[in-house]
Amino acid sequence: MNSTPLVDGHAHGDGHRHPAHQFETMEQQKETSTLGMWLFLVTEIMFFGGLFTAYVIYRHMYPDAFAAASSTLDVKWGGINTAVLICSSLTMALAIRSAQVNWRKGILIFLSLTMLLGLTFLGIKAIEYRAKFVERHVPGDVLNEPFHFELENHHEAAVAQAQDPLYPRHAEIFFALYFIMTGVHATHMIIGILILAVLWHFSRKGKFDSEYYNPLEMTGLYWHFVDIVWIFLFPLLYLLGAHTH
Amino acid sequence: MDTIAARAPVTTTAETSFERPNYLNSSYGWKSWLLTLDHKRIAILYLISVTAFFALGGIFAGLVRLELLTPEGDLMGPDTYNRVFTMHGVIMVFFFLIPAIPAVLGNFLVPLMVGAKDLAMPRLNLASWYVYNLGGLFTLWAVVHGGVDTGWTFYTPFSTTYSNTYVIPTALGIFITGFSTIFTALNFIITIHRMRAPGLSWFRLPLFIWSTYATSLIIMLGTPVIAITILLVGIERGFHIGIFDPRLGGDPVLFEHMFWFYSHPAVYIMILPAMGVVSELVGHFARKKVFGYRIVAFASVAIAVLGFLVWGHHLFVAGESVYSATVFSVLSMLVAVPSAVKVFNWTATLYEGSISYQTPMLYALGFIGLFTIGGLTGVMVATLGIDVHVHDTYFVVAHFHYVMVGGTIMAYLGGLHYWWPKMTGRLYSTFLSRLSALLVFVGFNLTFFPQFILGYLGMPRRYWSYPPEFQVLNVLSTAGATVLGVGYLLPICYFGWSLRYGAKSGNNPWGAVSLEWDTPSPPPTENFYTTPVVTHGPYEYLAEDVHNRLTQEANFE
Ligand SMILES: [Cu+2]
Repeated sequence: MNSTPLVDGHAHGDGHRHPAHQFETMEQQKETSTLGMWLFLVTEIMFFGGLFTAYVIYRHMYPDAFAAASSTLDVKWGGINTAVLICSSLTMALAIRSAQVNWRKGILIFLSLTMLLGLTFLGIKAIEYRAKFVERHVPGDVLNEPFHFELENHHEAAVAQAQDPLYPRHAEIFFALYFIMTGVHATHMIIGILILAVLWHFSRKGKFDSEYYNPLEMTGLYWHFVDIVWIFLFPLLYLLGAHTH
Repeated sequence: MDTIAARAPVTTTAETSFERPNYLNSSYGWKSWLLTLDHKRIAILYLISVTAFFALGGIFAGLVRLELLTPEGDLMGPDTYNRVFTMHGVIMVFFFLIPAIPAVLGNFLVPLMVGAKDLAMPRLNLASWYVYNLGGLFTLWAVVHGGVDTGWTFYTPFSTTYSNTYVIPTALGIFITGFSTIFTALNFIITIHRMRAPGLSWFRLPLFIWSTYATSLIIMLGTPVIAITILLVGIERGFHIGIFDPRLGGDPVLFEHMFWFYSHPAVYIMILPAMGVVSELVGHFARKKVFGYRIVAFASVAIAVLGFLVWGHHLFVAGESVYSATVFSVLSMLVAVPSAVKVFNWTATLYEGSISYQTPMLYALGFIGLFTIGGLTGVMVATLGIDVHVHDTYFVVAHFHYVMVGGTIMAYLGGLHYWWPKMTGRLYSTFLSRLSALLVFVGFNLTFFPQFILGYLGMPRRYWSYPPEFQVLNVLSTAGATVLGVGYLLPICYFGWSLRYGAKSGNNPWGAVSLEWDTPSPPPTENFYTTPVVTHGPYEYLAEDVHNRLTQEANFE
């Protein structure tokens, strides 16, 4: 089992590379796995697309509650995380570049940096989640205490609640979607970091160079995709309520 | 045909397959199967799993029909009945109909038909089988512990709040199995794109490949949406969050939209591969190029695209606005156009063809008849006024069984009979297989045609009892189900028999000219001894070719 987890291919230590048995050439193998990765990302788009659709519909139904709930999120942390992820996309691209120019140490450095930035993102996410837990903005009965959403200092929202007693429930839906969307995204981050760790291991063994770096490139596509999802999540979840302040 | 049968046999079939090892005898032992990366062996593994689930789903179907033999609920109470029909639906839809043709026939045939050594990602392919069975285990766990009573549609808030059954394990099973379908579809698309043999241009591909490609597109675009929908249902049920619960501000109709966004196209995941099989069978058993090949090919893609725009026809009575209902109604009728194009083109292919009524062809002809009825009643239920009347009645039940059972299972069986010699190198009993085709056709119609009438008269679906005046039709239906059951059991018997005692089929018992028959039966592990170079389309039967091959075939009979 000398192949990488991402593509069925052989990279023999003798410097000569053979395609896996089902392929005729290395080039065909590379083209095929690239197409496969893009198709996988299409399924990911549809997966997140379902969530985004649900979000858009409820935001349209309950604009005030969503704005009020959104304003309790910390734009500062969200903004920092956006920057962290953009940087990690850069380091990921640099890891691939290092392979292209045969700088093996560079691959290790940039893969490490990418993982570090990914972990930073998750750490900040954990801080944010903790804040939500403290404020009891956790929907359903995940916590022992029930969901709790205060409306003071928020005139428009208070008016809305007077009109609709289900108002806190609408905010609860916002937080449900917030946790599900960011949670699914964070799961993707964790999977990405695990794959990066495997790639790091293979890079240390010298598996990748300018001739063969397809797994790096494929993981790069995945990593960029996960970043882009966040680029959409950030304004939808954090900046929505900002204008009401 | 009879006059040709009298001629001397043409002995061109070189028995090379028995000189060199094939994929079945190249290695032995459990490990060589459970760790195989060979698409052909994985197809056989899938065949076993899928058949087991089909049998289980069939048992539940039998229980449903048994209960409905009499108007009173004497075999089981309403709660048990709810669980029985739900388990029937869940198992048949997610664990049989969706994977059956792609995972068994598709897995076996796609690389052979495109002249490749294997699918592009063999490991992913094996993983898909394990993932499928893992999902199946979760669902079986739920079955053993008492099942689910929500119907296979899991409508909220019943499924999330009120049902006291094993919703989460079942939903988890479906969620997991979805990945196996996605793995298979992804493999097919990249294999068809990048691994075709030299000379095999898009319009030389068999129509089965075209329909498999279209199916794979639907799977890739639709399955993730049902995955997220199921995830939301699970979270809502597990943590009492009100995403789809109106008491908590949620919108249950949103669930219906998200569910049917996948589950309507899922009907095409079931029927498109079946259409592909029928295109092959009709072309090969009429010894003619399929009439309007390109149009049939593009019709598959058209069905895949249009299939995503019609989900709202399930919500006509769910509070959908009149405007969107009208749009969905019109779009739904539009899908009938490419479907009808296929039916007309198959019929046109038969015209002046040299048709031989072998078992696979009997199934194919049965498919065309039953699918036509299923499709036409589909136009009826897509019509707003009629749907309000027949919604949630046995009319709808009969309609979708005509498409899924009369369509998909007929084609699946036809395909199995056609490619069985390819898969095993063995022949099965001609008489018994023709008998089974007849039993399935007659039994199916006897089961489901009365249900059209029952539904039109107003018998609602999903009830364990009914007014006594409906009994005659229900007895007919149950009698038909018995015949149908025998029709399904027969192939299991004679296929199993053929494995050990069946005559050797030779490489090309049907005298077909498409690529998958251009290699020994059963094929070697690497499919072709040398990479084939394709110079013609899959149905290019020359006049003398037809003659010779018919002779050969008559000889085989
Ligand atoms: Cu539909």
